[in-house]
This record gives sequence, C-alpha cells and structure tokens, in this order.
Amino acid sequence: MVTTQTTTAAAGIRLTGVTKNFGPVRAVDGIDLVVAPGETVALLGPNGAGKSTTIDMVLGLNSPDSGDVRVFGMAPSDAVKIGAIGAMLQTGELIRDLKVRELLHMMASLYPDPASIDEVIEITGIGEIADRITNKLSGGQTQRVRAAIALISNPDLLVLDEPTVAMDVEGRHVFWKSIRNIAASGKTVVFATHYLEEADTYADRIVLMARGRIVADGPATEIKATVGLRTIRATLPTVDLDELNFLDGVKSSDRRGEGVVLHCIDSDLAIRALLRAYPQASDIEISGAGLEQAFLLLTGDHDSEALS
Amino acid sequence: MNLTYLRYELLRTIRNRRFFIFSLGFPLVFFYLIAGSNKNQQLGGIPFATYYLAGMASFGTMMAMVSNGARIAGERSVGWNRQLRLTPMTPRSYFRAKVASSYMMALISLALLFIAGLTMGVQLTVPHVLHMLGLVIVGLIPFAALGILIGHKFTPDSIGPVLGGGVSVLAFIGGAWGPVGGTHGFMHGVSQATPTYWLVQAGHTLVGGKAWTGSGWLVIAAWTVVLTVLAARAYQRDTKRV
Repeated sequence: MVTTQTTTAAAGIRLTGVTKNFGPVRAVDGIDLVVAPGETVALLGPNGAGKSTTIDMVLGLNSPDSGDVRVFGMAPSDAVKIGAIGAMLQTGELIRDLKVRELLHMMASLYPDPASIDEVIEITGIGEIADRITNKLSGGQTQRVRAAIALISNPDLLVLDEPTVAMDVEGRHVFWKSIRNIAASGKTVVFATHYLEEADTYADRIVLMARGRIVADGPATEIKATVGLRTIRATLPTVDLDELNFLDGVKSSDRRGEGVVLHCIDSDLAIRALLRAYPQASDIEISGAGLEQAFLLLTGDHDSEALS
Repeated sequence: MNLTYLRYELLRTIRNRRFFIFSLGFPLVFFYLIAGSNKNQQLGGIPFATYYLAGMASFGTMMAMVSNGARIAGERSVGWNRQLRLTPMTPRSYFRAKVASSYMMALISLALLFIAGLTMGVQLTVPHVLHMLGLVIVGLIPFAALGILIGHKFTPDSIGPVLGGGVSVLAFIGGAWGPVGGTHGFMHGVSQATPTYWLVQAGHTLVGGKAWTGSGWLVIAAWTVVLTVLAARAYQRDTKRV
C-alpha cells in the first residue's frame, strides 16, 4: 500500500463562501464545503452545475472571485508544490513517444518524495501496459495511466474530474476498483460525476451541486433516497392532489391535464396504495427520475431551461 | 536542472519520426545530393561542399530548435501544460528542459553533418570547428524563442506548414542554399538582417571565414529580444485562457 505523507492538518479541503464568475455567468455561487482527511466524496450534479470550476479552484488552476480555498490548511498552489494534491482533470491525454513506465518515472522526478513507481503501477492495475508506448493505448487504459500520474507524487488528496466519461462499462469497473484501493489506503478522494450510480457506489458522502450551489450534502445512501426518486404517471381525472400526496410512498404530485405525476420516495409502496385507493387509474407508467428532474425538485425550480 | 526529466525529453524527441526526417535526415540528404554533384566547384569563393555543409548545418540546427514548437503545440493540445501546472515544475524549468533538449538535437544534427562533410572531403580543423560551434550556439538563441512562440500560437495541425515553410524561407533568405543578393544592395541587406545569415556565416568560419561583425551580434541580439518578448506574451496569454 502507498503510505500517506504526514502533511495532514485539520480539514483536507475547506471552501468558504467561494464564488466564481465567467463573464456574466456565475459558475460557482457561494459554496461552503469541508472535506475531512480520508473521506471519499462525490461531487454530483448535471453538466454546468459548477463541479469542474470548483475542482479547478481546489487545484489552484483558477482562483475564486471571492471566498477562500484551503487544502490541508494551505493555499492550493502551495499544496501542489509539496505534492500533496494529485489530480486527474476532465480532459487531457498523455504526451507521446514514451513508454508508460518511462512517463511515470519522468513525472516522479518532479517531486522531492514521490511514490514508488511499481506500487503505483500495481494499485492502478496497469502492469501489463507498463511497457507500452503512450500513444498506443485505448481510452480506458489512458485514463488509468492518468490516474497513476495523479498518484505519483504520493498525494494525500486525490481529485478526479469525471474520470470515467470516456470509458466503456468494463473500463469503468476496473478503474473504480483501483480508486477503491487508493481510498482504502487512507487518502482523501474527491471526484466529480454526473452518474448517481457512481457516486452512490464509490463515495462515502455525496455533495449535490446545481447551478453553482450545493443543494444537498450527506451520506451516499441518504442522498440516493432523495435523488433516486421514481415517478408514477397515470390518467386520473378529478382526484385532488392533496389526497394523492397522502398516499404511502408519495412525496409530492403534479397535475398535467387529465393525468397526474406522483414523485415517489418508494414507488413500490406508492403504486399499491394508488391502485387500492383509485382502481380507475389507467395508462400507468413508472420511471426513474433522471438526475436533472431530481435537481429540479430539490432546487424547487420547475424551469428546466435554466439547468441546461 | 532535472536530468531525469531532460533525459526523457530527449528520448521523446529521438523517437519522433517527423523530427528525424526534417531535422536530421533532410539536411544530410541535401548535403550529399548538392555537394556530391558539384564536388569540384566553388560558391562565393568557398568550396561547394563546405558552403553546403555550413548551409545545411544552419538549416538542420535551426529546424532542431524550432521543431520545439511542434512539441509544445502538441503538448498544449492534449492538456499536458495543465497537467504540469499540477506539479511543482515551474514554467521556467519546463522551457529550460525544452530548450536544452533541442540544443542537444541541434548538436547531434551538427555532428552528423561534420561526419558527412569529412566523407566529402571537407577540411575540418579543431579550432575552426570550435569557433563555429560557439557562434552556432549563440546564433540559435533567437530560434529557441521562435520555437516557443509558434508553439503557443499554432495547433498541431497548422504548425507543420508554418515550421516547414517559415524555416525554409528564413534559410533561403539567409543564404543557406546559396548567397542571396550578391555582396551589397537591398537584398543583401535583407539577407544580413536575418539570424539565419549569421548562422551560415558561422559555418564559414570552417574555412577560416571571418567571425561575426558587430552587426552580426546586433542582429542576433535584436531577434533574441523581440522573439523572447513575443514568446513570453504568447505563453502568458495561453495560460490565462486555460
């Protein structure tokens, strides 16, 4: 296992009242966030939620317009300088004409106290491609090598910005297996994703972001229950919405002409209750709410244009 | 200087086929073709083979320096500069490694041409070679800056023609392919205002040609200052945009 450097002080990451504008667009709108050392936290949100901007500020690639960003009690650029942060950015490929092992050695030479190259190769599962030239790798292999580069400084904090976007299902599985190993070794891991499944499976804690704000923050199971809402649609004229809201498993409901939409915490309970109370309900559809829909509910914003 | 990093920079350059063709192969082939078919003639009062040794040395070393630009553009396009910003490496040491590796490539190109020259009967003496080497190293400074400049101005797709065309034009005007504009007059003046002209002149010290005049040093210094300022600006603008 890779051992963790002893630079850990108080909070791993502390964001206080952070805002960031790009021209007229407010990308991050007043974020307060504390991540404890050793936590694995998912930043979950749709595109444009401000995840990447937040991550760039944690990494010192961007500075906030107002508010304060600290990593292990330091300015991000100082934390980068001592090798306390490793990161895998959303976009990026590898430089050409080097074998994977050579590239790792090259990057390791930049740090005063790097991790062992063999250990990093093992933990990221790239042993069989270690002697391959970087420009001959598949998308998934490239991502794993990029993760290895992020680990080469032996960082206390590992930041991943939508790391699996370019991967197939198999690649994702292998990738997350290696990230789990890394988290298990005591490092703080923060990753951005717009897949609820990913956040739920691999994070201890989910921070939900929408339109530059944190709209929910809690243990993964709790957030999943909130976000993983299902909806039941049915044709059911003349029934009062207040009565529907009272059904087991239903959180709220809307009327759409002849039809109703029930937002359910537990759709199994809700469908039974619905049919018991209103056998005349027809054209019934049950669907998982997309993340976007869930955000609309959470933010109480029914104007879906605003999110896109 | 981080020697491990530099070593891998060199390795990458050597493994790059395009670099080999343009910076090492091209000058060698042209030297043999042109010098070989005009073996017993003279050009500008200098044996043909020697003239072309100097000309191709200026072309090859210039290409070695400027092709840095292609590598910088390539690294920018894959987001590698952002990756490096997440390391303790400073921009200064990044450029230092880049320039050092291209100087080494220029020296390799030069060494190969010297060997080729010997096989074609060019007379080389140690003092002359050292004299030329010193001047070439100074004369390449503006081209190091030029490489960094165009590396930040162009994409990997567009940089090929810029490199090939730009270097060829500079080499031609500077007299790498033969004297341009006679010994005086307007074209001669234009030729003398290029840094390439002085690289070619550096090559002529191989046959006891004169060292650079004051205006030679001035031309190189002026190009160095202008191109360095432009390169620094291009770098800053590029970093801000990211």
